[in-house]
Amino acid sequence: MRANRWRRFSDWDERPLRLDRFAAEDAENGFAAFSSPADPEPNVTVETGRIAGMDGVAEADFDMIDRFIARYHLDPEIAPEAMAMPSPEIARMLVDMTVPREALVRLAHGMTPAKLAEAVAELNALEIAFAYSKMRARKTPGNQAHVTNAKDDPLQLAADAAIAVALGFDEIETTMRVSRNAWSNAVACCVGAAVGRAGTLFQCSSEEAEELQIGMAGFSSYAETVSVYGTEKSFVDGDDTPWSKAFLAAAYASRGIKMRCTSGAGAELLMGFHERKSLLYLEARCLCLQRAMGVQGTQNGGIDGAPLTATVPGGMRELMAENLIAVWLDLECASGNDARPTESEIRVGAKIMPYLIAGSDLICSGFGSILKYDNSFNPSLLNGEEIEDYLVLQRDFEADGGLTPIAEEDALDLRVRAIDAISAVFEELGLAAPTDEMKGSVAAASGSADTESFTPREVVAISEAIRARGITVVDVIRALDARGFRQEAENLLQLVKLRISGDYLQTSAIVRDGRVISAINDPNDYLGPGTGYRVDEARRAEIAAIRDVLTRETVIDQEEEYARKAAAGLRLKTMGPAGRGEDPREVTVGVSPAFGRKLFRTLGGLALSDVLSEIVAGIAEGGGTARLVRMGHTADTSFLGLSAARLSGSGVGIGLQAKGTAVIHHADRLPHNNLELFSNAPVTRLEHYRQLGVNAARHAAGEIPDPVVVPTRGEAMGARYHARAALIHAVETSLVSDGAAPEDIALDPEGPSP
Amino acid sequence: MTERLTAQDYPIAEKRPELARGRQGKGLDEITLDALGRGAVALEDLTITADALRRQAEIARSANRPTLAENFERAAELVDVPQDVVMAVYELLRPGRAKNAGDLVEAAAMLRETYGADRMAAFVEEAADVYERRGLFAFRF
Repeated sequence: MRANRWRRFSDWDERPLRLDRFAAEDAENGFAAFSSPADPEPNVTVETGRIAGMDGVAEADFDMIDRFIARYHLDPEIAPEAMAMPSPEIARMLVDMTVPREALVRLAHGMTPAKLAEAVAELNALEIAFAYSKMRARKTPGNQAHVTNAKDDPLQLAADAAIAVALGFDEIETTMRVSRNAWSNAVACCVGAAVGRAGTLFQCSSEEAEELQIGMAGFSSYAETVSVYGTEKSFVDGDDTPWSKAFLAAAYASRGIKMRCTSGAGAELLMGFHERKSLLYLEARCLCLQRAMGVQGTQNGGIDGAPLTATVPGGMRELMAENLIAVWLDLECASGNDARPTESEIRVGAKIMPYLIAGSDLICSGFGSILKYDNSFNPSLLNGEEIEDYLVLQRDFEADGGLTPIAEEDALDLRVRAIDAISAVFEELGLAAPTDEMKGSVAAASGSADTESFTPREVVAISEAIRARGITVVDVIRALDARGFRQEAENLLQLVKLRISGDYLQTSAIVRDGRVISAINDPNDYLGPGTGYRVDEARRAEIAAIRDVLTRETVIDQEEEYARKAAAGLRLKTMGPAGRGEDPREVTVGVSPAFGRKLFRTLGGLALSDVLSEIVAGIAEGGGTARLVRMGHTADTSFLGLSAARLSGSGVGIGLQAKGTAVIHHADRLPHNNLELFSNAPVTRLEHYRQLGVNAARHAAGEIPDPVVVPTRGEAMGARYHARAALIHAVETSLVSDGAAPEDIALDPEGPSP
Repeated sequence: MTERLTAQDYPIAEKRPELARGRQGKGLDEITLDALGRGAVALEDLTITADALRRQAEIARSANRPTLAENFERAAELVDVPQDVVMAVYELLRPGRAKNAGDLVEAAAMLRETYGADRMAAFVEEAADVYERRGLFAFRF
C-alpha cells in the first residue's frame, strides 16, 4: 500500500517554525527586501550649490521627504564625487579595514537613499556584519531592556528595573497597558533603576506630549518613539511630517532629553503606502531623513515591521543592511532585535548572532528583561526566559553583548531593595502604602502572574495623583533621602544632573561608571585586528562568570563525598597478579584503576556495587563464570575490554570504567573493533548492565546474542555530561601506571573500607 | 561665547566643568543631595540651558556632524519657550492642523518676535511653503 505522506512532514508540522508564515517575493505589492523594479536609479543633480534633482526626481516634483533630504542631508560639495563612484567600489571600501570610518562617513554625506541602498546591497550577510562592526559610531557596545508588566504594577517595575540595571543594560524602556499609568510607570522605573548603580538611562514610551512632560519632570532621560516613514503618504498617515518631527527633535533637545528616531523596514508595507518600492530603499530614505533632521540616532532594523520583513527572502539580511546604512550615516543605532519575528528558537539565535559578534550601540532596542507575557511592547526577540541563553552566547564567543551575569542571592536582595525604595517613596509622598504581603509576593515573582500587588484601579489612582500634583524627580529624590535610601537618592540625582551639561545629547551617548561615553570620546577606531573594541581581561572574566559552572574541585569533592557513603557497599579484595584463565566459560570483567577506589558511581548515578553485581549475575544467568580483574595500565574502555578478554579462559572479556562506559571484547579482535559497546553511560540502566553480562556469557559459549540496545531520545549527552566526564576521567588516568600488571580482585563484603 | 569648543572639551562636565551651569547659574558641585534637601536646589537648576546646547553644537560640528549641530542650535532657541507654546507649534506642524500657510507663518512670526527663535521661525516658514506645494492643508479630522 502506498502511503499518502512521508511522516517526516508531520514531524516538521509540529515544529514551532511552522507557526511562522512566509510570504512570496512580490515587488509589485511591496514584498521585496533589497530591490524592486520601482526603485529609482541613484543620481543627483547639483545646480549652483543646490540639489536640483535626486534619484530620478526633479526638484519641482520632490515630495516632502525628497525635499527634506535634499535640503538638509545632501552636501552639494560632496554629492557629485560620492555619486560618481561605482557602488561596488564603495561596497569594497566598507569592508576594507584599512579605509577609515571617517572617509566613508564623509562620502555618505553626499549619497542619496538609492545610492546608499545600492552600495550595501553589494554585500553578503557576513560582509554586512563586518562593515557594521567597523562603521558603528561608539566603540563600546551596549544594550537596552524593556521593563514592563501586564499589571503596570509599580512594585514589580521597580524590582525589574533594578535587575535590568544589575544585568548591565545601558537603557531601560517602559510602556503601559493602560495609558493613564504612564506617570506611575515612570516613577517606579526611575526609582528601581537608581538601585545598585547610577547612570542607566530611562524612557517612558507614551503619547508624545505626555512623554515630553514626563521627561521635563525629570523622570525619563531619553526618548525613541519619534517615528519617521519612507513615503509621504505613510508619513502623513502616521500623523506627522518631516518638519513636525524635526521640530519635536529640537523640543526634546531643548529639554535636555536624549532622543533618537524610530524607523524600520516593513512599516510602509504594513501601512499600505509602499509605492511598490523595496524595503531597503524606503528605509534608506527614512535614515537619510533622520540625519537631515539632526537627530543623534535611530532605532532601526525593522522594529514593528521586523516580523513582516522576516517573511520575505533575504528579510533578515535586509534588517542588517538597514542597520549598516544607519551607522554609515553616523547615527547611533539601537539595532532592532526587538519584536520577536519568529517562533523558531534557531531563527532567534541566528538573528542575534551577527549583532552579538559585531557589537552595536544598543544591540537590542528592547531586550525583554521580563517574561514574554509581561512585555507590554509585545514579546522581544529575546526575553526574560532567554537571558541566560544570551549570557552563555556571550561566553561562547567571548563577545560583549552588553550584559553581565548576576548571582542568585544578589538578585533577590536587589529586588527587595528596589521594592522597599519605591514603597518608601509612595508612602513619603502619600501615594500608596504597600503591604508586606504585596512586597513579598513581588520580590519572589518571576512574572506578574505570580504577584499579589496593586489592583489596576489603584495603579491608575497613583499615576493620576503623580501627574495632577505635579510631582517631579526632585520630590522623589527628597523622599528617597528622607527615608534612608541615600545611595539611591545620590544615584538618581547624578543621572538628572547629566542634563545640565547636555553631554549625553551627543551621538551614541550612554553612561558607564558615572561617566558619559559617546562617539565623541569613545569613537569606534576599528582598523583591523587589535583595534576597535576588544573584550579586555576584566570584562572577559565578567562575561565568563555564568552561574553553576563545574570546577575540578566541586566535581572531585562531590565524588569524594559520595565515596565516603558508598565505599562500605563496595569492598574489593586484591587477590594477586592475574594470569590467563583456563575455564572456557569464563568471562573476565576488567575494571578501571579508580573503580571502587576513588570512584563509586557511574555518570548516570548508579552505584558501582550494583553495576558490578548485575554484570556478575548476568554472566551467571548466561551460563558463564565471572572473574574480576583490576587494570592498572590503562583507563581506556577498549583496552580495558581487550586486556580482560586476553586474560579470559573463553577469550571474552568486559571492560568497565568507573563512569559506567562498558564494552564486550574478544581476545582475537582489534582494539577498537569490539563485540558490543555501551558508550552512553548516563542513560545506561542496571537492566542493561545485567544483559551485558548475559550477552558476554553467550559470546563465550559461541552464540551470537542480540546486542543490548540502550535507548536514547537524542539527548545532547556531550553537553550534559562531558565536562563532568572529563574531570572524572582525569581521576582514572591519574591512577594509570605504565606497564602495571592486572590483578585479580574479588568482592569482599566483610573487608575493610578502601 | 567667543571660544569655540571642540571634541577635546568633551564631556563638558569632566573637561570643562566650569562651563556646566544650571538655569539659575548653579555649578555642578553646588547641586548636591544636601542642597536639594535644604530646598536650595530646585528642578529649575537641573535643566539644560541655551548656552549648553550651543556648546554641544560646537562640539558636534567639530566632529563633522553638522546636522546634529543645527538641531542643537534650533533647540537652544526653544529652551525658553514655554511647554504649551512648544506643543502648540508642534501640533500646528502636524498634517491638516493648520488650515492654510498663514497659520504657520503666524506661528513663525510669534517664535521670532516673542522668543527670538530665528532659526526655528525660518524652519516653520519653510514647512508652510512645502505643505502648500504638497497639499497638506487638507482636512483630516
